[in-house]
Amino acid sequence: MKAKIIITPKKAVLDPQGKTVQNALEHMGYSGIQAVHVGKYLEVELAGGDKEALRRQMDEACHKFLSNPVIEDYKLEVE
Amino acid sequence: MNFAVLQFPASNCDQDAVHVLKDVLGHSARLLWHKETALGGADAVVVPGGFSYGDYLRTGAIARFSPVMQAVQQFAANGGPVLGICNGFQILCEAGLLPGALIRNRSLQFRCEHIYLKTMTRNSPFTNKIDGGKLLRVPIAHGEGCYFADPDTIGRLKANDQILWQYVDAKGALTEMANPNGSVENIAGICNEARNVAGLMPHPERASESLLGSADGRAIFESLVNWMEQKQTAKAA
Repeated sequence: MKAKIIITPKKAVLDPQGKTVQNALEHMGYSGIQAVHVGKYLEVELAGGDKEALRRQMDEACHKFLSNPVIEDYKLEVE
Repeated sequence: MNFAVLQFPASNCDQDAVHVLKDVLGHSARLLWHKETALGGADAVVVPGGFSYGDYLRTGAIARFSPVMQAVQQFAANGGPVLGICNGFQILCEAGLLPGALIRNRSLQFRCEHIYLKTMTRNSPFTNKIDGGKLLRVPIAHGEGCYFADPDTIGRLKANDQILWQYVDAKGALTEMANPNGSVENIAGICNEARNVAGLMPHPERASESLLGSADGRAIFESLVNWMEQKQTAKAA
């Protein structure tokens, strides 16, 4: 089993990386880009077991450690 | 006074902090490896700058779970003074000992230069000896020093007089140009509500001897020593 975690900066937080990538895309001629947000993707390989229990465990880890709730949001999938 | 200076893998300002505390100010200071579980009777803790654990995941995110930080949490909860410098500030925010977070500089540049700090209050263990109105010229060296906190938190920091230092220009004016990293309200350093834990992005330990171009940073360490001495005198009386 795998936990797939996508971490993105909160909307209210300054995201200079996203803005810089957006500017570069525009310079390259890509049009219609409204915003870019640069985050990170984590894949956690799990030994397996009760999917709901694993999800709860990974959710706690996301909240406590893998993301910082002051500045980031996360999406978690266990499959 | 006995200082403990924490040392994580990839700390790189730990020796500078020990040098200032020991050789410049004449106190006892020892390095404390991140695997230690006790502070060994230290009167104060310095969490130094660097790139602890390679800045992996987020700056300070891994260091905060190290054994030594559990001892620091306890020490801080009992009122012990803790000063975080640069990466140390990032670690203290991640640990929840200080509110907010430090994110990527607005410019995306690593900024390495001398800046000016205005001390916003003398009511703290870290600022009580700083001459009112004197600007501190100290260096910064960081890529992720942009202080962020939500508006409610900023409101509380202001209401409780927890903003210790702000970035200003050479004349002391709080301008956008003087803000090297995009920090909310030009914030360079704050303390907690109990006032015994503080963090700042600039490096006072790199500006504590005139040989290095500025000795302004020394007043921060002298404030801390003064505060601890007063506390000990009060205890003995």
